[in-house]
Amino acid sequence: MAETVMALRKTALNATHRAHKAKMVDFGGWDMPVEYSGLIAEHMAVRTGVGVFDVSHMGDIQLRGPGSLAAVQQLCMNDASKLAIGQAHYSAMLYPNGTFVDDVIVHKLSDNDYLIVINAGTREKDVQWVRSQIGQMPGVHVNDFSDYYTQLAIQGPKAEATLQKLTSTDLSGIKNYWFTWGQVCGLHNVMIARTGYTGEDGFEIYVPSDEPTSARVWGEVLAAGAEFGIIPCGLGARNTLRMESAMALYGYEISDTINVLEAGLGRYAKLEKPSFVGREALLAVQAAGGPKRKLVGLEMVERGIARDGYPVLAADGTRIGEVTSGSPAPFLKKNIAMAFVPVEYAGVDGELAVEIRGQGVKARVVPLPFYKRPKKAVVA
Amino acid sequence: MAYPTEYRYTKEHEWIAVENGTGTVGITDYAQNSLGDIVFVELPKVGDALEAGKTFGSVESVKAVSDLFSPVSGTVTAVNEELVSVPEKLNSDANTTWILKLELADAKQVDGLLSAAEYEAFTSEETGH
Repeated sequence: MAETVMALRKTALNATHRAHKAKMVDFGGWDMPVEYSGLIAEHMAVRTGVGVFDVSHMGDIQLRGPGSLAAVQQLCMNDASKLAIGQAHYSAMLYPNGTFVDDVIVHKLSDNDYLIVINAGTREKDVQWVRSQIGQMPGVHVNDFSDYYTQLAIQGPKAEATLQKLTSTDLSGIKNYWFTWGQVCGLHNVMIARTGYTGEDGFEIYVPSDEPTSARVWGEVLAAGAEFGIIPCGLGARNTLRMESAMALYGYEISDTINVLEAGLGRYAKLEKPSFVGREALLAVQAAGGPKRKLVGLEMVERGIARDGYPVLAADGTRIGEVTSGSPAPFLKKNIAMAFVPVEYAGVDGELAVEIRGQGVKARVVPLPFYKRPKKAVVA
Repeated sequence: MAYPTEYRYTKEHEWIAVENGTGTVGITDYAQNSLGDIVFVELPKVGDALEAGKTFGSVESVKAVSDLFSPVSGTVTAVNEELVSVPEKLNSDANTTWILKLELADAKQVDGLLSAAEYEAFTSEETGH
C-alpha cells in the first residue's frame, strides 16, 4: 500500500536542538525537542531559576488597517478595545456555537495593527478561519507572519536577570502581559513580551527566523543565563508546567467540541461586547442555567497517575467523565489531572476516582490552578 | 552503556538473568532512556504466575506509561519493593536494578530471547542510528 509520509516541519533551531542531543518528537507535525537533560530538571529550573524554550512553531497572525480593531473584536471573545499600545491579553477565537477555533494572545502593536499569537497545531486552521471571516470586514488585511519569527520563551524567576544582560531595554518596566520593542543581542526592533505558558514570570522574544541569527540568540541566552543555572527545556516540561498552572491546551481542555463556559474561561469572554463570533451561543448556555459539565482539578489520593483519556468515576463507580490532561506534577510532587465532569460532581473536595488500568483509584476535586507563583516581595 | 552479555533481552526492552532456574528481570538502559524520568512502578505480587510475553506491571515516567512484559513464564518469588519509593533507580542503573525474580516454568524459553548483540542491533534499527 502506498503511504504518504508528510515531512515534519522544523524550526530554525532544529539543528541546534539535535546538536544538543535533545530527544525529538513529532508534535502536531513539527519535529520538536521533548526534553534535553530531563523533564523534571527542566521543570524545576523554570520554577526555581530559569529555562529557555524554542516555541517558534507557534503561529502569528497580523491584522492591519483601520478596521483591525473591529475585526479583532468580532473574531476574539475578549475586549481588545481595553488594550493599550504595548499591551496583550489572553483571548480565544470561537465558532458560532461557542466552541474553540483556538485560544490566542492578542497584542496591540498600534491603533491599526494587532498581532495574534496562535497555537502550532492549529496554525493552518486558524489562518483559514480568519481569512474566511475577514472577507466580510472592511478596512483590514490579514498577514500570516508565522514563519518570520524565531520565538524564544525565557521563563522562571531569573528570566528577567538573564534577558536583561542581552538588552538595553529596562525589563523591570515591562509589566505582566505587556510588551515593547528593543535591541536584543544587537538586533533592532525585537518584540519583547512579558508572557509565557509556564505559570512563572518570564519573557517571550521574537527574533528573525533565519538559522544563523536564531542559533546565535539561542546561544547568547544560554550564556547569559549560565550564572543562574539556565538549561534548555523541551515540550515535556512545557506541558507539565502549564498543567500545574492549569493553563488550557488545545485538543485537551479546549477544542471544537468544548465551549468557553465548560472550559471555565468565561471570565475572558466579554459578553457585554455587542457582538463577537460565538457570543449568542454562550448567552444561550447561560440562559439555560450554565454549562452541564465543568473542567475540574483532580489530585490523586491513592497511588496512581491519571493520564489523558482515562475515565473519571463517581464514588459509586459510575463513569461520569474523562481526564483531559494528567501527569505527575514535578514541582508540587503530586499526581494531578484536569477532567470534565457533570457540574453536580464539580464541587471542591468531592471524592471521585480515576480508572487506571481497570481499577478505580481515588482522587479529590481541588481548586484550579494547582500552582500559583509566589508574589514578588515588594522591595523597600 | 553496554548491555551485559550474560543477560538475555526482549524486543519489549526487558532483560533477564538466569541462574539455577531463577530469572531476575529488569528493564534495559534503552528503555529507561526512552521513557525519561521514571516516577512510578507497578509491581506484581509474590506468587503471581506470569506468562511469557504477557504484561505483569508497568513503569511510568512523567510523560508516559509503559507496560512491562514477562520475558518467560514462571512464578514470582520476589519483587523489588525499593522501587515503590525510589523508582528513579531504574534510570540511574538499569542494568543492575532488578524488578522481580521468578522461578522459570520452562528454562528453554530463554533460548528464544535476544543476545546482547542482537538486542543492540534491534535498538539501533528502532532508532535508525
